[in-house]
Amino acid sequence: MAEWDVKDLEGWDEKIRVKVQEFGLSCFDQEFEVCDHNQMLGYMAYSGMPSHYPHWSYGKSFEKLKTMYDYGVSGLPYEMVINSDPSIAYLMTDNSFCLQILTIAHVYGHNDFFKNNFTFKSTQAEHTISRFKVHADRVRSYLEDPSIGVEKVEWILDAAHGLSLQCRRNLAIKKLTLREQRERMIEAARPADDPFEDLHQQKDIEAPDLNKLPASPEEDLLLFIRDHNDKLSDWERDLLTIVHETGQYFIPQMETKIMNEGWASYWHREIMNSLDLPQDLYLEFLVRHNQVVRPFPKGLNPYYLGLKVWDDIKRRHDDPTPEEIEKYGRPTKTGTQALFEAREVDRDASFLRRFLTEELMREMDMFEYEPRGEDLVISEVSDKEGWRGIKETLIKNVGMGGVPVIKIEDADYNQNRSLYVKHYHEGRDLQLEYAEKAISYLHRLWGHEVVLETVVNSKRALLSYSDDGFSAKPLK
Amino acid sequence: MKPTINAIFRPYSSSDALRSDRSAGDRQRHRQKVREAVRENIADLIAEESIIGKNKDRVIKVPIRGVKEYRFIYGENASGVGQGDGNSEKGQVIGKTDGTGQGQGEDKAGDQPGVDYYETDVTLEELIEIMFEDLELPDMERKILREVMSDRISKRKGFRKAGIRIRLDKKRTVKSRIKRRLASTGQDDDQTEERFPFRKEDLVYRHLVEDVRPESNAAVLCIMDTSGSMDTLKKYLARSFFFMLYQFVCTKYRNVEIAFIAHHTEGKEVTEEEFFYKGESGGTFISSGYNKALEVIQARYHPSLWNLYAFHCSDGDNFDSDNPAALKAAQELCELCNLFGYGEIKPLGSRYYESSMLNIFRRLEADNFQTVLIERKEDIWPSFKTFMSKERTPIATETRAAAEQ
Repeated sequence: MAEWDVKDLEGWDEKIRVKVQEFGLSCFDQEFEVCDHNQMLGYMAYSGMPSHYPHWSYGKSFEKLKTMYDYGVSGLPYEMVINSDPSIAYLMTDNSFCLQILTIAHVYGHNDFFKNNFTFKSTQAEHTISRFKVHADRVRSYLEDPSIGVEKVEWILDAAHGLSLQCRRNLAIKKLTLREQRERMIEAARPADDPFEDLHQQKDIEAPDLNKLPASPEEDLLLFIRDHNDKLSDWERDLLTIVHETGQYFIPQMETKIMNEGWASYWHREIMNSLDLPQDLYLEFLVRHNQVVRPFPKGLNPYYLGLKVWDDIKRRHDDPTPEEIEKYGRPTKTGTQALFEAREVDRDASFLRRFLTEELMREMDMFEYEPRGEDLVISEVSDKEGWRGIKETLIKNVGMGGVPVIKIEDADYNQNRSLYVKHYHEGRDLQLEYAEKAISYLHRLWGHEVVLETVVNSKRALLSYSDDGFSAKPLK
Repeated sequence: MKPTINAIFRPYSSSDALRSDRSAGDRQRHRQKVREAVRENIADLIAEESIIGKNKDRVIKVPIRGVKEYRFIYGENASGVGQGDGNSEKGQVIGKTDGTGQGQGEDKAGDQPGVDYYETDVTLEELIEIMFEDLELPDMERKILREVMSDRISKRKGFRKAGIRIRLDKKRTVKSRIKRRLASTGQDDDQTEERFPFRKEDLVYRHLVEDVRPESNAAVLCIMDTSGSMDTLKKYLARSFFFMLYQFVCTKYRNVEIAFIAHHTEGKEVTEEEFFYKGESGGTFISSGYNKALEVIQARYHPSLWNLYAFHCSDGDNFDSDNPAALKAAQELCELCNLFGYGEIKPLGSRYYESSMLNIFRRLEADNFQTVLIERKEDIWPSFKTFMSKERTPIATETRAAAEQ
């Protein structure tokens, strides 16, 4: 720690905060914790949470991170920020002074994003830390309870973890209660108002099945099971709730990875450039910055992609080329306005859809690849014909797009309490080995047979898991 | 201007670092799961290994199914998006579907949860340890194995007043004379003319004890039928068995040698390579293999110095006329070896119409002889356990004990 001490950091931090405000960012209060690389690995394994319930998968994640770090496969991230109010960020002791300043600036970018982006509204940042703490305490109490213990808790947690991302993706849309759903069913079944009803032939009104469960396809698998499997005991229900809430908390971060990293990189660059850094620090900053936002050959660096798009938004609004004016019309907002608007109302999918232009894709030489035999082969490049398809594929893959949509259709399939779930197939097949295991988890939690409808090699199929094990059959 | 956002810094404290090793419990639990998974996969793993895996630090990649975290994920028909250096063209190969050769960083945008290519590294030694943890050899037998003594090297242990001339410790003897003189005359130098001779009580002898060490020599004799009827699958099963036997013997003895004896109508000593990969054609005289083994024992591994473990793998096809000779040779091998086994490898189904040596060997009366039937890969491990249960006190000690009496 020869290079800097906490006093130095506090000095620069104050300058940065002044800049943050001048640029119009609006942040939660910020806490920085200085830690060593072991602590950092520890935080990473537990998603940065100071307190988190125990499970072997976090031990696995720690070992994996540590091995990769020890063998130099991957370094540690310079920073780690938690979406909480106040926001918490970790700074590593081993980092150079310049890197600390850069990290602090970057952290404020994330902090602003967490506070203002609409996807994070549902995360209740002010309760994050205490919620995780309470969860951890509850899980520990079950682990220590002599009538429950590790084995039983793991039995539930293993299964629940496998399903934790099968939940609603857009939390800004209100979830209807069962009563509201039924009211809607009745409403939908009511014949449309017809001023000439005496003239028209009366159609038979088909009564909706109000006892159907779920009333409409249900995406929150864990919650549905919690509420409708009455064989579960209270602690099991509680574990499902905990896992569901944990999964739900991280969804906004997955949904905005590219925007968020791009945003933080954009602002750390602006802030660092405005700070009047001493020359040696400034040169190091340039090197570090370019390392962070460099393109990964054949891969996709979210920092790079995000920053590119943000820069392009700004430029196109402040300084459009004549062709762009012709193509998109004259911008009605200033660049800064456009930036701040997008940071508030977009998520990766909509962000890329709205702002990733053909020109930008060509500039970044984006391509689409697909598996052919054992090789991954470029199937499309960003030329006149190809770019739209590539953009669609990209949008399909970002955020929760990488998680298949699975919904519960019927909780009393075949009138024997079998659970009928459907994979909403849109071109991508499920990985079957994993699907088999995942429905076995559903079966474990539901307690009755589980049937999954999906598409395998363009043919509809039913995979089921019952007490007798796994079976699969084609669906006519 | 004073910023309205507040920030605080918590300085580094190393004591925190120690306290915050909160992943310890979860890591341990994970490690347990890995071990369990390795144990479950062991039959698959050992079938892949080369017998002379002398380098115990060699790392084996073990695919772990038990500790994967399964989710609903997309399969491999999904395409992805990447970026190039400006020269990307259709048809260019950018990597492999299994992830090797892929560009660094995330292969797909966003978070891809769950794609879990999890393998763990286990050293061969760790693997063998886990393997034999499973093998519940009765303690008694283990003890006998460990107490086999050889290497009679003497080692020093203190000093005595009596002994043979050759072990006289001159320096100590002179010292004790000087001590005696000081005590009796008060002078410590040899200036005085008066003679001060050595006495019997001055003499100090080194005392030696026999250093008894655990027996350290063992030889594994792998005998295998390489006639035409032994196909790749059969050899593969045999190989797994030999591997385990070799590794087991290695855990018990310091110096382990291995000999490969291939036979069809005549026995030959061959290299490992030839043993497993060279096929011969023609009929089978099992006795030829046994006699060759006896020859090898005579020439290199005398039973008074070596603990011998012999195992024969065959598919049970033998010329009838050879059976009496085979039985006789087997009897002899039993007398020389700690353990002699016969494994009949009959891939599932074939045992009903092929001849078998199992019945013939039933006539052999020796308590360190064991026959096993291996029909598929899963049988290897149970067979091995049965085989090891027959091990008896190594011949090497018995003969020596007899010689000493």
